[in-house]
Amino acid sequence: MSDHTASPLIFELGQEGRANKYFAPEKPLDEYLPAEQLRADLPLPDNSELDAVRHFTRLSQRTFGIDVGFYPLGSCTMKYNPRVNDAMANLHGLRDLHPYTPDAHAQGALRIMWELERSLCSLFGMEAFSLNPSAGAHAELAALLIAKAYFRDRGEHQRDKVIVPDTAHGTNPASAAMCGFKVISLRSDRRGRVSVDEIRKVLGPDTAVCMMTNPNTLGLFEDHVDEITQAVHGAGGLCYYDGANANALMGNARPGDMGFDLMHLNLHKTFTIPHGGGGAGAGPLGVAKHLVDFLPTPYVRKKGDAFELDFDLPKSIGPMRSFWSNFAHIVRALAYLYANGAEGLTKVSQLAVLNANYLRVKIREFLETPYDEPCRHEFVASAQELKKKTGVRALDIAKALLDRGYMAPTIYFPLIVPECLMIEPTETESKETLDGFVEALAEIVETAKSDPEKILAAPQTTVVGRLDETRAARQPDLRWYPA
Amino acid sequence: MYTPHTQRDIGQMLQAIGVESLEKLLRVPDSVRLRAPLDVVPALPETGIVERFEQYARENAGASFTSFLGGGSYRHYAPPAISFLAMRGEFLTAYTPYQAEVSQGYLQAIYEWQTYICLLTGLDIANASVYDGATALAEATIMAIHANGRQKVLVSRAVDPNYRGVLKTYCDGLDVAVEELPVSADGTTDLRQLSQKLESKEYACVALQSPNFLGIVDAPSAAAQAAMKQSETIVIGVVSEAISLAALQPPAHWGAEIVVGEAQSFGIPVAFGGPYAGFIASTKDHIRRIPGRLAGKTVDARGNEGYVLTLQAREQHIRRERATSNICTNQAHCALIATMYLALVGKTGLRDVAAANVRRARELAAAVTAVDGCSLQFGAPYFNEIVVNVHQPAARVLKNLEQQQILGGIDLGRYYHEYADCILMAATELTTSDDIQKLAAALRQSVKVPTHV
Repeated sequence: MSDHTASPLIFELGQEGRANKYFAPEKPLDEYLPAEQLRADLPLPDNSELDAVRHFTRLSQRTFGIDVGFYPLGSCTMKYNPRVNDAMANLHGLRDLHPYTPDAHAQGALRIMWELERSLCSLFGMEAFSLNPSAGAHAELAALLIAKAYFRDRGEHQRDKVIVPDTAHGTNPASAAMCGFKVISLRSDRRGRVSVDEIRKVLGPDTAVCMMTNPNTLGLFEDHVDEITQAVHGAGGLCYYDGANANALMGNARPGDMGFDLMHLNLHKTFTIPHGGGGAGAGPLGVAKHLVDFLPTPYVRKKGDAFELDFDLPKSIGPMRSFWSNFAHIVRALAYLYANGAEGLTKVSQLAVLNANYLRVKIREFLETPYDEPCRHEFVASAQELKKKTGVRALDIAKALLDRGYMAPTIYFPLIVPECLMIEPTETESKETLDGFVEALAEIVETAKSDPEKILAAPQTTVVGRLDETRAARQPDLRWYPA
Repeated sequence: MYTPHTQRDIGQMLQAIGVESLEKLLRVPDSVRLRAPLDVVPALPETGIVERFEQYARENAGASFTSFLGGGSYRHYAPPAISFLAMRGEFLTAYTPYQAEVSQGYLQAIYEWQTYICLLTGLDIANASVYDGATALAEATIMAIHANGRQKVLVSRAVDPNYRGVLKTYCDGLDVAVEELPVSADGTTDLRQLSQKLESKEYACVALQSPNFLGIVDAPSAAAQAAMKQSETIVIGVVSEAISLAALQPPAHWGAEIVVGEAQSFGIPVAFGGPYAGFIASTKDHIRRIPGRLAGKTVDARGNEGYVLTLQAREQHIRRERATSNICTNQAHCALIATMYLALVGKTGLRDVAAANVRRARELAAAVTAVDGCSLQFGAPYFNEIVVNVHQPAARVLKNLEQQQILGGIDLGRYYHEYADCILMAATELTTSDDIQKLAAALRQSVKVPTHV
């Protein structure tokens, strides 16, 4: 990735007269439609197929994916994406099935949805899952809408507070705000956990929902989780489980058993769906028995030997998206479940935790790990001491890792740890890969101490250096304009 | 399991950590430890997985039927180059391009997508995608509410019913009232009612779709545009068949300052409903209110041009409960596919596809209306979908067609009680004359003409 010449935009490559012959030429549209309804100008380029293929191939070569190298991005679970999953999603009978196909002629697709739904219920201890939401944040929104509908149904209109720990993902408070809830931020205790005493102080008749991630974003298991859920229930509230970190306990412990009433999963994290540069994902939403009636539409059911989509749920919050689910991802996730079975999934989370702890003990030899105890699938290190001594920050370490062929960890999150590096290796990485990463990181810290300028100038080997983000925000250039 | 650990690796790693076993490492408090056996699908080798999913795929006979289904999801031709390019592992397995230096390719592709959406809609800015057309409409409505502070919204009943459903779900959360505008006899939105309602100046926005769910070109008249402007109501243009953007006046032309829609038609498989790619474009006045990611161009320290995700102060990971939206994951890979489609098909190809859709729909209309007992429900100009009145419950006719392996269209009674005798039929460039003749012949058998007329 050392080609520094900018790649021309597709709009700068195109030339009149280079159109590909995918379609037969047609008569002008004004033979069919009134001229005043037709657009005069369509300012798009025509590119030869080869030019376009080279263009996107080059763009791919300027992009780092899991297939390129180690991707220890905390809270993102960047594990290997098995190719058989993609092959299955691309089978004709699944890829070319229209969403309005009557149930009778889409039984295979409905069975796939149902099998995934049933398996997730068992794995996470929930009564039902809706496959409707498109991503984690989308499921959070659906869950809070369910909470709102549930309390309205019970006549408890005064419940307008959502409790969110300070280690929570930013989507939690943002989702709460989209339902008109007021957010109460809860400070973590010295052990990096939600404090039972603190939460008791804010619980009351106005409590609607408490949102938790377990393990939390510090990679720590909330060991008083059952006391917390009991306290919230005692106050009449509901408990929400943010499943972003489900890879840490899948097959070993269940949110349902911990007392959670609602939860989501990110199929693009735990269940090996490719992130695709930021999406599409899928965010199944699980609920306990008392909330089933409020699920979004449609819900997949088995009736006798047949499967159907049920749109008739009188108390439902309604649909969350245009069509029933991100179905191709449901296929991928189910293929992954078949590759593992229950035993395999139990092992997956054990090995994810093994890899994280191995990295933790290796890395704490040269960087602080503020919460020094066995972690789950991820952990946080901090460059605060290093910064004091050398001026090298977490950001600089991240950029130096890019030079060494590694994706950077998540940095500056969670917000409560200064100069935070949040590292999640996942179970699909080998010991050799982890050892290589530790070596690279150790060398960066050594260099930071002996010759900090070198690290501050990173990255050097990438197609561009550090970019001027202030300029990008102050003088937004968000598109190309035709000459 | 896709895990590379040997027993020896596990032993060495446990020793380094100082714990005896995996079980000890993953200790969970007793009170929440898993006890019940798990009821999960059984483990299979890869050959078994393929065998099983091929079986499930075969159980979807509908995927191979002659189909006239549309209504927000369309079967179009996608040049094979797209899947070869899109399936490259660098694209497929990348995370969100937060580390810009090693994500220049993807960031540039997003910048190109944003440009394509602007050029097609006639607006200034576009975001990096949202979940789909329906959530795009809901998010745009929130933009409008934030822009002018009004707490009621208007939407035409000719807007896709699924989009209206999602709009209502989102608006319930915000305690915002949604009011619907009726459809006129010709299949367009009732603009007289629109103008009347707007006199009160209490609506944040009005959402109009063209071509609308009934297939009709539904751009508002000059008088309606004036009324919308007069009442300072934000016009949201909705496009669920993106191919139409190559043919029809872009929504910005008829006064839309926000345009939302679905890019599925640009090379994305129908895949039983997803994933697709929603888009939001707007005038630059809304730049701080538009939800989701934005890629922008800038320079690096050496003066090289480059791209970054920008204006992130709008987003949830920075602004938390004060963000413009909670959206995080979007539909980047679907938007990438659409960008590739637009690059390959180009201006000439897109014009031809649009014209082929328009022509095929007219061929379909001619063949179907030649069947006794079938007529077009609406008289206004249409794009690639028609509403056919079969003068008896549509559900019954569609069932008969299914027996001949034809998916004749969508039973409109599902969404509009007044159109229970109507079928929404779509034609695209992939609809052949044989398909149309087959449908017409089957309709001739299925539609029994009432003898008393």
